[in-house]
Amino acid sequence: MATRVTSDILRRGLRQLRDAIREQPRIFSLAVVASAVYGTMTVGSAWVLGRVTEEVVLPALRDGRTTTAALVAAAAAIVAVAVLKSVGVIGRRYWAGVMQYRLQASYRRRVTRQYLRLPLAWHHRHPTGQLLSNANADVEAMWGPIAPLPMAMGVVVMLVVAGMAMIFTDIWMALVGFTVFPAIALINFVYQRRLSPRATRAQRLRAEVSEVAHESFDGAMVVKTLGREAAETERFAESAGRLRDANVSVGRVRGLFDPVLEALPNLGVLLVLLIGSTRIEAGSMNPGELVQTAYLFTLLAFPIRALGWVLGELPRSVVGGDRVHAVLRASGSTAYGDAALGGVGGVHLTARDLRFSYEDAYTEGGHRAGDSDLADDDERAVLPGTTVLHGVDLDVPPGRVVAVVGPTGSGKSTLMDLLVRLVDPDSGSVTLDGVDLRAMGRGEVPAIAALVHQQAFIFDDSVRENVALGRGLSDAQVWEALEVAQADEFVRALPGGLDTQLGERGTSLSGGQRQRIALARAIARRPRLLILDDATSAVDPQVEARILGKLMDAGLPSTVLVVAYRMATIAMADEVVYLDRGRIQDRGTHRRLLERSDGYRKLVTAYERAQSEREALEDLEDADGATDTAPDDEEAVA
Amino acid sequence: MSAVTKEIEAGGSLRTVHESSLATLRRGMALSPEFVRGLGVTLLFALGATAGRLVVPIAVQQVLDRGLGGPGGTDLGFIRAAVLYCAVAVLATALCAYLMNVRLYRSAEGGLATLRTKAFRHVHDLSVLTQNTERRGALVSRVTTDVDQISQFMQWGGLLLLVNTGQLLVTTVLMAVYSWQLTLLVWACFIPLAFALRMFQRWLSAAYTRIRERIGELLGAVSEAVVGAAVVRAYGVEDRTAARVDGAIEAHRDAQTRAQRLVALTFSTTEIVAALATSAAIAAGVFLGIGGEISPGRLVAFLFLVTLFISPLQTATEVLNEAQNAIAGWRRVLGVLDTPPDVSDPGPEGVTLDRGPVAFRFEDVGFAYPGSEKVLIGVTEEVPAGRRIAVVGETGSGKTTFAKLLTRLMDPTEGKVFVNGVDLRDVAFASLRERIVMVPQEGYLFDGSLADNVRFGKPDATAAAIRLAMTELGLVDWLESLPHGLDTPVGQRGESLSAGERQLVALVRAYVGDPDLLVLDEATSAVDPATEVRLQRALEGLTRGRTSVAIAHRLSTAEAADEVIVFDEGRVVQRGSHRELVGEPGRYAELHASWVAQQRV
Repeated sequence: MATRVTSDILRRGLRQLRDAIREQPRIFSLAVVASAVYGTMTVGSAWVLGRVTEEVVLPALRDGRTTTAALVAAAAAIVAVAVLKSVGVIGRRYWAGVMQYRLQASYRRRVTRQYLRLPLAWHHRHPTGQLLSNANADVEAMWGPIAPLPMAMGVVVMLVVAGMAMIFTDIWMALVGFTVFPAIALINFVYQRRLSPRATRAQRLRAEVSEVAHESFDGAMVVKTLGREAAETERFAESAGRLRDANVSVGRVRGLFDPVLEALPNLGVLLVLLIGSTRIEAGSMNPGELVQTAYLFTLLAFPIRALGWVLGELPRSVVGGDRVHAVLRASGSTAYGDAALGGVGGVHLTARDLRFSYEDAYTEGGHRAGDSDLADDDERAVLPGTTVLHGVDLDVPPGRVVAVVGPTGSGKSTLMDLLVRLVDPDSGSVTLDGVDLRAMGRGEVPAIAALVHQQAFIFDDSVRENVALGRGLSDAQVWEALEVAQADEFVRALPGGLDTQLGERGTSLSGGQRQRIALARAIARRPRLLILDDATSAVDPQVEARILGKLMDAGLPSTVLVVAYRMATIAMADEVVYLDRGRIQDRGTHRRLLERSDGYRKLVTAYERAQSEREALEDLEDADGATDTAPDDEEAVA
Repeated sequence: MSAVTKEIEAGGSLRTVHESSLATLRRGMALSPEFVRGLGVTLLFALGATAGRLVVPIAVQQVLDRGLGGPGGTDLGFIRAAVLYCAVAVLATALCAYLMNVRLYRSAEGGLATLRTKAFRHVHDLSVLTQNTERRGALVSRVTTDVDQISQFMQWGGLLLLVNTGQLLVTTVLMAVYSWQLTLLVWACFIPLAFALRMFQRWLSAAYTRIRERIGELLGAVSEAVVGAAVVRAYGVEDRTAARVDGAIEAHRDAQTRAQRLVALTFSTTEIVAALATSAAIAAGVFLGIGGEISPGRLVAFLFLVTLFISPLQTATEVLNEAQNAIAGWRRVLGVLDTPPDVSDPGPEGVTLDRGPVAFRFEDVGFAYPGSEKVLIGVTEEVPAGRRIAVVGETGSGKTTFAKLLTRLMDPTEGKVFVNGVDLRDVAFASLRERIVMVPQEGYLFDGSLADNVRFGKPDATAAAIRLAMTELGLVDWLESLPHGLDTPVGQRGESLSAGERQLVALVRAYVGDPDLLVLDEATSAVDPATEVRLQRALEGLTRGRTSVAIAHRLSTAEAADEVIVFDEGRVVQRGSHRELVGEPGRYAELHASWVAQQRV
């Protein structure tokens, strides 16, 4: 079984290398030619040393004299071969690197293009960390064997030349060589095969340690408030212990094979000395040739391992390649039509019989489906899902402001995503001015509609770019949008104003500030349809009121949908849609809904009712006069 | 500007260690006893492994001089014996090397695992203040990549450094035995090379730093396409994002290519210097040999020794680079351990609080983030046991700071906080964290099932107990609407649940622990009003008999509390029941009027 897997990996790994060569044939040829020069010159340097020993050194020491010409020639030969060898090394290393980096860059581009092309539903099925690692570590692993590949090819040339040189020198020397070198190559092959699963395991455990640390530090506040430091440290120590054992296991294999691989050529040299001396005695060889062969053994011992390096990298490369190809093969692109929607002013939005289910991202055992990332996830059986929308109909005339109200988990956010075609419904349709979203050309929906989520995403860029997003707005336009979003004041206070860098490497903003920047981004586009999905939840109520006021005053010629709990927001709407358990339960003016919809009334008047009940209760207590002392009693007890 | 930004500007971050590499090494070693245990024996094996590398040149010399070129012609018997001895020596060397390797790996990895765990624990022991001044990623690096860097160095570079240094030494000794003149010559060639290598190494190190920076940017750009997937689509900025990613990919590739050019150049320079040294040794050796000062065998063996001498130098730049990175990593880890936890556990001497409702008292408490103005000024408040308190005020008025001081996530910069008459700083953490629990606004969840997350607050809670707690909190309907009930996986960071649902889990998690003082910091800000009111009712019933402090900008919470404490610009400006406060002119009446206006049509 194990050997079959290995031969399969070998086959697939080599196919991957073949593809790489097909993609970069010119650079690859240059690298291989340079490597061949290096290989030949390595053998050449041993040959030169042997010749110099035989023709210059030994005669000079035997005869007690030499000529400058001979010495100069010897030195020149040695240096010349070294220079050629160096040129070979430079070419080999440089072009091998160039090839590897080009392939990595090209596949990273392809992978991210896929990320941008694939529908949002696909993203929902894959954890963020996995996608980042597909574009980074997996692409890197995929092309790992490219770096030593030209060297390995040069080594093949080196071995052929060395073999011929040894045959020409002496058949017995050649026999020693033909025993020792294949033995080194074979042992190294076994070495890499035993090392590679251990190295892969260590790599995986490193990722695991990192995940534990990430999660634990992200939740540091919770760990602290619940006093779980010791338990968390134990969890981490277990993970770190597993990594330690894996690293030691890698070390044990290395520790065993490295000395063996070093001893082998040395034993070869000793064998050469033993057999060579007999051959010199027999007169079929000279001492110079002996030196040359011995020297060749010491020179070849190291590069010959390159063959093993390529083989050793293959399993990792195949795994990386599989993951990358799974992304590249993923289908389910968003199909666009070619309809374009011109026009100005609020758009007419309709939705007919929208149904939508989320595929469960988890399988029964609690394992994430994304874990089986070796399988092409589009071939995966569709898992039972949770239906969140059961046939939603909606008709919003141009310029209307509609509030969407519903309890936590009623499907509001999903509905909003469907309305701007972030996700396609399982059935039903959405139209803007009578045109089906799916019939519209690429980029048409974003040109008309802007959706602001509760979770504001901030780009790693300046304030200006975060608002303009490449639209080349004037500063005045950006400020105008910031003003409507009530973000102008704090942006002015930032050290670089509009040029302040936000995001990862920039200023960190509070939740409310982030939401306001995201809001400004939507407003700046002057959309014909503006959807606010609880987009001001982290903003102080007073500030939110100002934002909504500004929004209305700004006279944005748009249709507005707003998901909200706050009464003031709801009150501003022309109409309210009450959503519960994936169905529109009722719609109408706020007043009308209050009268006829129980669920709606309970939801939006929850605070009021709580307050009036409490007041009633307190009045009762006041009348009673006795219960007031209750807290004092408790105090006395304490 | 946000509080977070202020904290970052104010510093108070992790310590930076400034000391020599040797001092770092010494301190690093001392922290993990595994490193030092049995080091002497390991070094002995290392010596054996290194000395063994001289076997081949000696064999060549002996065979040439005494076996082939001896006075009596070729002496095959001697050669056989010499080869045999040398073979035994080679095998002994390999054994030494094996033992050295295994011992080194075991002690190094053992020590690093200890270091990692120590640093991890220390990060959790640091105060919230210090934790927040560092980016999360940076803290994670301290216990992952920084330690990995040391580990990688130990597995490859450190080993080479040890063996190579030994090799340079023993080779020099043997070369000097064969010919001191030629040894001087070889050294003369290599000293300039050593300087050149040092220079190359600096360039290389800069080039690698550049690559690392570019990788950071690359990951940032790619993550925009992944994390920002929804926004990118909603705004149709796919092309712009693709262009940014392409830019980052190209910049990274460029940096890689530059570094590779340097690597290739370094390697070749060593090669050419080696050739120069070899030819110089041959020329000089021949003259010395003619003068009878060196035998042919010794001269040839010398040439083998030159090869042995340069091979450590060929990898020197890479090894030095790794060493530098490892030392830098080590310094960063030590930097974490050097940062004193400014909110520390009094430990076993600490006071254990008795069970039962907690009374607390703030005595002239002030707080300022390092280098900033005070965010809390002269707060003196006493809250009797069993009282339900609501804390209100605008964003930035000091409410959350008040909560953090009460739960000892931070210590006040002025004044004292007492619980049940005991200075909070004297209460053992084990008791403190069990009795006083805070539910922060961000209901952070761990990857696992809903039940796993609840058990975070009480490890031995049974499924029935969790279900009961949820029933008491009126959350059964919600629980039943989940596809897998208590086994529902919440995803990384709880992302499979909505923000409101995460808060519900966080609340249950705190509640099952049965604390005596429950502090809620806007703990229900993201749930819908009906659910919030329901929760509030449930909590009202449940917090009867225990002390609770609720911070909220929804003033329905204040209406329900026994007493309201109103914060404005870091001071307590009002205190009293909702009914009293709402009637008198002041900050509370304003806040309340605004809240009511929000609620009424």
